[in-house]
Amino acid sequence: MSDVKYTEEHEWLRVEGDEVVVGITEHAAEQLGDIVFIELPEVGTEVSKDDEVVVIESVKAASDILAPIDGEITEVNEPLVEDPGKVNEDPLNDAWFFKIKPSDPSQMDDYMSEAEYKDLIS
Amino acid sequence: MSDLIQLPLHELHVEQGGKMVGFAGYEMPVQYAAGVMKEHLHTRAAAGLFDVSHMGQVILHGDPATIGAAFEALMPVAVLGLGEGRQRYGLLTNDDGGILDDLMFANRGDHLFVVVNAACKADDIAHMRAAMPGVEVEEITDRALLALQGPGAEAALAALAPDVTAMRFMDVRTVTILGAECWVSRSGYTGEDGFEISIPAAKAEEIARALLSDHSVLPIGLGARDSLRLEAGLCLYGHDIDTTTSPVEAALQWAIQKARRPGGDRAGGFPGEARIFRDLTEGAPRKRVGLRPQGRAPMREGVPLFADDATTDQIGAITSGAFGPTIGAPVAMGYVPVDKAADGITLSAELRGKRAAIDTAPLPFTPANFKR
Repeated sequence: MSDVKYTEEHEWLRVEGDEVVVGITEHAAEQLGDIVFIELPEVGTEVSKDDEVVVIESVKAASDILAPIDGEITEVNEPLVEDPGKVNEDPLNDAWFFKIKPSDPSQMDDYMSEAEYKDLIS
Repeated sequence: MSDLIQLPLHELHVEQGGKMVGFAGYEMPVQYAAGVMKEHLHTRAAAGLFDVSHMGQVILHGDPATIGAAFEALMPVAVLGLGEGRQRYGLLTNDDGGILDDLMFANRGDHLFVVVNAACKADDIAHMRAAMPGVEVEEITDRALLALQGPGAEAALAALAPDVTAMRFMDVRTVTILGAECWVSRSGYTGEDGFEISIPAAKAEEIARALLSDHSVLPIGLGARDSLRLEAGLCLYGHDIDTTTSPVEAALQWAIQKARRPGGDRAGGFPGEARIFRDLTEGAPRKRVGLRPQGRAPMREGVPLFADDATTDQIGAITSGAFGPTIGAPVAMGYVPVDKAADGITLSAELRGKRAAIDTAPLPFTPANFKR
């Protein structure tokens, strides 16, 4: 079983080995509405916590996804660019955005458990 | 949301899963459970029911052949000569030739029935009363307004009122629906065939429910209404047109009939005549055009436009932009100098600090499906 944390920005962070996979929650996908455009960061980019790393546009508006932690982008989910609607269909699995290698893994401790996140959105 | 006005169909919207938001002072459904994309596509494929009760419904009392002259003094549009049972698009202009509002008006025999934008209605009514002292201007506040749009609209409405099938685009009629006196026009703002139906408020929910009981009809929110009208190349007041844009700049000169143009039988005599005549005879300096971003990113209102990637002098801006669900790509409208207004010119837009290519394109993006 993998260790998943949640941010107040409605991102989920799944630890896989020495990387963290980042996506958005079902709640976020539902609030955004039909997603029509995604711009992903470049692999190898060094990012700081709260940098805008992904642009996501729905039929309603543009929004950003922020880097939850400091680190290096190690992989992006390129197929999402061609099929942004996947984020609405399967936000928790197929539609992850990027993987990041944390420079300070302790930053993960700040984030919520699933139960805490469920409290937040309820 | 206590300061927002609730409309007669509020409970029905909530029951249908409507996500209610504030719009022009009213609490309105921006979308339902299906979401903007599905609602948009459903309207083009079948039929959508829109609550547009926030819009202003106004009666100008009097014989249109008489009061039409007074109304013509407010618009560069022919009112006299509009036949009984017919509707026309109009534009209230200001002394500078800018647009105060766009509207629909219909000759209903002993009066003109006018539908204006929600955000402008108080100003429009005050303006009409001040400028037409001899005409009784009555705001209708006890009627809902529904729009039923899409290729399935005729069959859905005909199930309740068979005689609507005889109506053509821009015809208006009084039609009895479930015992209520409804004022029906064959028009809308989606580029599809359809009807706008003014209904006594007390009967609005019953009629809306009857229409929604037809499996081809889904409730549609303001979100899809906006993307539908954008694909249809139709202006949204306050965005694509406003007090600074002239009708010719807005590419709405088709709404100015020959009789009101230079040399016409009733040429001029409306606010802003000097600028509008100059634009008509010499051409306007800028023009509203369709725009297609080359990439996948939607470009929305306010995005600045440049002649090419190398230049930094802004030449225009996007006034409406979104993803067009029927087109499957982003679409937009905006103003550019006339020398850049031909179809197929590649311009440069600045989006999130980066330049991206965008092409001028013919309007509408989706062909109109009116029943002429």
